[in-house]
Amino acid sequence: MAKLSIHNLVKKFGKKVAVSELSLEVEGGKITVLLGPTGAGKTTTLRCVAGLEKADHGTITIDGVVVNDIPPKDRDVAFVFQNFSLYPRYTVFENIASPLRIRGFSREEMEKKVKEVAGFLHIDHLLDRKPIFISGGEMQRVAIARALVRNPKVFLLDEPLTNLDAKIREEMRTELKRLQGEMAATFFYATPDQAEALSMADTIAIINHGHLVQVGTPAEIYQKPRNLFVADFVGSPGMNFVPAVFSGETLQVGPGYFPLPLLLPMVQACREKNVSECFLGVRPEDILLSFETKQGFYPAVVEVVEPLGVLQIVRLRLDGHTLRVRSEENARFSPGEKVFFGFKEGKIYLFDRKTEERIW
Amino acid sequence: MSAVRVENLWKRYGKVEAVKGISFEVKEGEFAVLLGPSGCGKTTTLRCIAGLELPNDGKIYFDNDDVTPLSPAARNIAFVFQLYALYPHLSVYDNIAFPLRAEGMPKEEVRRRVDEVVRLLQIQDLLRLKPRKLTSGQKQRVALGRAIVRRPRVFLLDEPLSNIDAKLREVTRGELKKLQKSIGATTIYVTHDQVEAMTMADKIVVMNFGDIQQIGSPHEVYHYPANLFVARFIGSPGMNFIPGEIHQRERLGILLDGDSFIPLENEQAKAVEKSKATVSKVVVGIRPENILVVPEEKALVRGEVYVFEPLGAQNVVTFRVGTHLVKALLPGDVFFKVGERAGLGFREVRIFNAQDQKLIA
Repeated sequence: MAKLSIHNLVKKFGKKVAVSELSLEVEGGKITVLLGPTGAGKTTTLRCVAGLEKADHGTITIDGVVVNDIPPKDRDVAFVFQNFSLYPRYTVFENIASPLRIRGFSREEMEKKVKEVAGFLHIDHLLDRKPIFISGGEMQRVAIARALVRNPKVFLLDEPLTNLDAKIREEMRTELKRLQGEMAATFFYATPDQAEALSMADTIAIINHGHLVQVGTPAEIYQKPRNLFVADFVGSPGMNFVPAVFSGETLQVGPGYFPLPLLLPMVQACREKNVSECFLGVRPEDILLSFETKQGFYPAVVEVVEPLGVLQIVRLRLDGHTLRVRSEENARFSPGEKVFFGFKEGKIYLFDRKTEERIW
Repeated sequence: MSAVRVENLWKRYGKVEAVKGISFEVKEGEFAVLLGPSGCGKTTTLRCIAGLELPNDGKIYFDNDDVTPLSPAARNIAFVFQLYALYPHLSVYDNIAFPLRAEGMPKEEVRRRVDEVVRLLQIQDLLRLKPRKLTSGQKQRVALGRAIVRRPRVFLLDEPLSNIDAKLREVTRGELKKLQKSIGATTIYVTHDQVEAMTMADKIVVMNFGDIQQIGSPHEVYHYPANLFVARFIGSPGMNFIPGEIHQRERLGILLDGDSFIPLENEQAKAVEKSKATVSKVVVGIRPENILVVPEEKALVRGEVYVFEPLGAQNVVTFRVGTHLVKALLPGDVFFKVGERAGLGFREVRIFNAQDQKLIA
């Protein structure tokens, strides 16, 4: 369970800056997830750590040793690629065992380790088969097993679950997290999937356009997003945003729609930061619906209802804007119906419209 | 728009039976989703309806017209692969008018037809813009406009949202459902994503191995899955299963592996009572969202936390219950550590026959 430190990492491809002065501590024995949209610089960062790309600037330290000039094979890291490849002529067993064979493990040790990891990933019944006789999802699990079978200092996983069916992805998430915990392995894990990040990570590092935007626990990232980008990117369905103007002690939401009285500390925060134009942010689970008008509730029209089983997502039309609300299915709303919505106490966010930073 | 009826459809590729004699109906204006894992035969079925594949057996009707022998062009369908592919150099108006002009329709008639569609989709203000100026939602409307301007009898969509990112997909879902309703288009939509099916469909046709597993509304397939496959496929995370036996104590109930007893009530008790003669081994299905953490003395089963996965608004907690793993979807403010123990209660359970895997009650 080695610790990985990245300090001031810069990587350019020609004029394009892929990673820009990125500094991050990846704790030993924990899962650190690098989360961001396609093209954010996730893969490049991982490849620099692995030594597959040479950093233009900055240092990469594994277990206290600067590895910048150490060739990939001597860094003792395992890399799981999104687009994996298996040896087609080897059986699943031989594929998984190959990193052990190169390192001179005995037959018994190989058997024991391969069976253990294959059991964890539910592929122990496939060990005698060749890759062409197993499904894509199974192949991906073999590739993961091959990386997990030895005990490197750091595991680098680049969207290992992206190509799997939704159902298997869900199961693998749980199993990978469990396996990592039992091995007390250091995982540095890149994904564009916010649910994967929230559910697996000890620490989430959010990256966009090559810059780190925010680093924190899943709870911190979800409850205290640093700016509009993070608030929008994390959560499903995502946070609702409505333009608003702060004046006096109230927020004029969607200028002309309704005035929202603010709590004193929020008023102070707005004044301190000299904010007038902002976005009101509220998560779908923090909006309450009612058929009758109540104190602090505002009218809107139901646009679409999306059932999800016990839960449903109700989309409200609010003049030019849509509010998504998570509600229980036993509340029956139908499109076109007039309803009233209110916000849960203390659950609203404010973002500066200019800087996009969170004010509250 | 037309109703669509598929009767005893068979499609084989060599020895592989891709579609095995399936039948279903889609009413006029209905949004039907063909749902299943890769290789289940859903796309093949859609391609047969479109006329892109010739079935080995069976009939396809649009209203009462047998279209089985007709070419794709003669069927008058709109097959949409992607909802964002527009001609970048053409204005919105020209994009929508394109298929009509390609048919050589007179200018006046083109104008009339485009105007009608534009009003329906409320994109009057966008007509002169080029696609790059449009938001994703607007692009989708234009793409739909171009598809409906020909007045097709049915809309066929093959995983149209699979290549767009998760955020956009979420927004698009609701938009598409709303538009479909407003234009009253008979729609058959193929996807492997159960969330898309649940949120958009009037009717879900669940497929696996070339066969229909269940046809029902989102409510039906979610609350009354016909078999274990559907139960596991619908919902996220999917339903949990614990094996058990029908057992009589003061009340009729299920004795779970590991000695917990679930008493049954009313309709469910009656249905299980009826099946008792032929069934003994059952599988109890519990949705993760129907598992509650309760005080020890009220617990039906006891579990030890195996994995804890926060998801923001909710947390997925996997418990080890006896030798089984059970996932619970708990509120976002309930936290657990691995190894902690908790008593669990169930809000709604389903009972399946362990032998044929079908729903009993």
